[in-house]
Parts: sequence; C-alpha cells; structure tokens
Amino acid sequence: MSDVRVAGTGQTAFGNAPERTGRDLFAEASIAAFEDSGVPRADVDAVFYGNFMGELAEHQGHQGPLMAEAAGVDAPATRYEAACASSGAAVRDAVFRIRSGAADVVLVGGVERMTNLGTAGATEALAIAADELWEVRAGMTFPGAYALMAQAYFAEYGGEHEDLAHIAVKNHENALPNDKAQYQSAIEIADVLEAPQVSSPLGLYDSCPLSDGASALVLTSEAYAEDNDLEAPVAITGTGQGGDRLALHDRDYLARSPAARKAGEEAYADAGVDAGDVDLAEVHDCFTIAEVLAIEALDLEPVGEGITAARDGRTTADGETPINLSGGLKAKGHPVGATGASQIGEIATLLAGTHPNSEFVEGATTGVAHNAGGTVASATVHVMEVVE
Amino acid sequence: MSENAVRDAGFDEWLDAASEGEAYYLECPEGHGSLPPRRVCPDCGSTDLEETPLPESGEIETFTVTHIPTPAFEEDAPYATAIANFGPVRITGQVVGVDVDAVENGLEVELEVTVSETTGERVLGFSPV
Ligand SMILES: [Zn+2]
Repeated sequence: MSDVRVAGTGQTAFGNAPERTGRDLFAEASIAAFEDSGVPRADVDAVFYGNFMGELAEHQGHQGPLMAEAAGVDAPATRYEAACASSGAAVRDAVFRIRSGAADVVLVGGVERMTNLGTAGATEALAIAADELWEVRAGMTFPGAYALMAQAYFAEYGGEHEDLAHIAVKNHENALPNDKAQYQSAIEIADVLEAPQVSSPLGLYDSCPLSDGASALVLTSEAYAEDNDLEAPVAITGTGQGGDRLALHDRDYLARSPAARKAGEEAYADAGVDAGDVDLAEVHDCFTIAEVLAIEALDLEPVGEGITAARDGRTTADGETPINLSGGLKAKGHPVGATGASQIGEIATLLAGTHPNSEFVEGATTGVAHNAGGTVASATVHVMEVVE
Repeated sequence: MSENAVRDAGFDEWLDAASEGEAYYLECPEGHGSLPPRRVCPDCGSTDLEETPLPESGEIETFTVTHIPTPAFEEDAPYATAIANFGPVRITGQVVGVDVDAVENGLEVELEVTVSETTGERVLGFSPV
C-alpha cells in the first residue's frame, strides 16, 4: 500500500473576519496549498471539503462545487459534515481515495465563517452539534457540555481549574511565533482563573475563540510525488475514526472520550506505530479539558493523569511530547470546519522543519493529529511520519 | 425550534407524560434503557422496545452553571444544567427549585417539566427530592 503524501499545506490567518465569505477564505487557503505543493490544479482528481454551519452562517448549502470553483479546480467535490471534525473526516476519506488508486491528487480542506453570527448566534449554531431534543432544549450549550465533562473529570480523577489553566497558558505561549494564530499574546495563570465564567468550571480563557478561517491541503499518492519530484517528505501513514452516542448522557463515560480512543487505536495500528512512538501531537482543545481527554484517549497519558501534563511540563514545547505547538484551537483559533485539515498542515510542517516551532521537535519522525466533533461523538486521528 | 408549532412526535408525548408524573423509558428484552423517539435499541439492535416506568428519582452525576446561554435561554441564565442517573437511563436537565450554588454531585432529584423564562417553551428540569 502506498503512502499518502502531504504535498502542500495552506491556511488563512484564523481570526475575526466577519465580512469575508466562505468561498473567499477557501480560495486563499487553496492558493497557498497549491503554491506550496507545485501541483497543477488540473491534476486534482477530487475535492473533499469540511464545513459545519454554512447553512446558518451563510445560508449556503451545496458547498462542495462552490469551493472547487473558488479554488479554480474542475473536479467532483463533496462536503463532509462531522461538526468540529468535519475536515478531519474529509482528510480520512481523501486518504482512502488515494490509497485505493482511484485518485492521485486530492484537494482537501475546510472553511468556517462564524463571527458574522455574533456571539449569541454562534453559540446557538455550535449547539446544534448536540442532541437537539434531549440536550439543547434542556439549555445545554457547547461550552456547557465540556463543563459537564470537566466537572465529572474532577469528581472522578481529581484536579482543579488551575491545572486546566496551565493548558491555556501553554497553548498561548506556543502560538506566539505563529503568524496565522488568532492570538499571539502570552497569558498568565491568573488571567485564566480570573476570567468571567462561561459555564462552570470553565471560563472565557478555557474556551477557544469564535474564528473565521480556512485550511487546504494537497494530498498525493507516493507514485505521483515521486514521478513529479515533489518536495513532500511527510506522509499520512495511519487513519482512524471513532463514533459514539450523540448525547453525552448516553455514553459509557462522562469523563473520557471512547470515540477518540477507538480512532487512535485504529490509526496507530494502521501506521504500525504505538503511542510510545509519538513525538508530538495536535489535539482538539476546543476547551482546556478537551486537551486532557484527548491525550488520555491517545494513550499519551494514563487515564486520570492527563490533567497534570501541562502543569508538570510533559506537554509543553520543551517537554517530552509537545502538544499543540501551533497554539491549538485555544490560541490559533477554531474555524470549526477548517480545524482538522489545519492540524494536518501543522504536523506536516513541524515534521518537515518548516514550522516556526520546528526547533522544539528537531529529529522528530512521528506526529499525530486528533480532531473531535461535538462532545466527541465523532473523532478522527491521523498518524503522520517523515518518510524521506 | 422554539417558534415551531409542530410537535416532535415521541419527544413531546414523553414530555406530556413526564408533566403528568408518568415518565417512562424504553426497555429492550436485554434490559437496555433508552429514550424516545426510538425504534431500535442502540445497544443490541432489538426492535422490541417497551415503555417502562422511569424510576421516580435520579442522582446528579455532573453539573454546570451556565452564564453564557444560547439566545433561547437568555433570560434564564445563570442556570444549572445537570446529568442525572435514573438507573436504566441518564437524562440531561435544568436544575430548578434550588439555588445554583447548592447543586452538587449526588443530589437526589426528580423530573420537573418547567418553562423557559425566555421563550415560554417547555424545558426538561430536575428538582431536589
Ligand atoms: Zn438492547
């Protein structure tokens, strides 16, 4: 089976751009990805595109062809929706398409336009990732759902808000040199602890911001990369996806993410690696507690111990396994449908030595990207390795 | 959503029943519990689901106090949302009839269908026993 190469990566700056249309955002990200790859647009066999709330934010359905057109690509295009894991799911199917031999080149990415909805409108839009009848109508919000998990985690395994604050501080620190990040500003523990509460125990600084942005990747078969002399040293060598019951209350665990564990186990097996081989990871820290649940599900930390990982320096930039060197969703921003493909781009550039934070992972060969939807009823995990 | 006058079959009947103190869950022959509307047991695939009386009280397993709500709960905030374990099923609801600061894990609650202060729509709630 041939590896799938990351030939080009691109993304817009993530942040506040309420007036920019989704098609404009995706066009910019795709231009960057094509320029980075050296692959001609005419060689693209398919476009896989992730987006979550386009109907609400832009009154726009049927976005696949629209985005292919925006990217200047004449190829069939399909949209993927898996809440915040939309473009992780798109990447996964792009990997399968290329592995099957049905495509040599796939343009994959995602977009979210959010800030034009305002805070109240975006909060309402994000909530539709939960069970409308049994969760949203009871008043559960998206931050509220993660707050329920955080409170359950504290009750079961211990830990306190200050432990979570170290995750936010770490991810802001990591974003400082990332020019695409929404926040290039350092914060302190006290900032997190004193911030207004959103949904207890989580406050404003435990939450990722509302973001507009797009990401794009040009993925190719190994043969295509070799035949065309592409500079594509990093491959996606493992893919996994896990699912779970939609409502948090219907899950086996309130303080764990079994779907992410399934996705991780599948991706590790697919790549022929185990958690001990992982040098760095980008994980889906939509809220500080989500990073804890993610690194435990990926077996990078034992269950119940991930809460101390940032505080004790195991996951900081100079730690044993740096997590979210991009700044994560917390500081880089989280344009929902763009996040999964953006994470793949971060790992590819970190491993290739072209990322502003590559100095922290010199010699690293194996990275992981973890993308989660809703309260992790959907999760995708990709293993990426340096192959040349 | 809230302004939608068309009922959600299965769900709204359940809320009607809960309002009358006759809440139920769906039970398959294997004893798995689930909530309507549902035709298939999500645990075992059985299509033989029977409405079975819900235990009268449940215990709060986790909770949060929400300060930034969706627009449909703007006037209600801050409010406490909890997941309570009723045995065969867990349920998410808004905790009413008690100060939000007094909500804690282990608190025993019963169902109380309440009303959103913002929209006047029915909201599934819990009140301390
Ligand atoms: Zn069953």
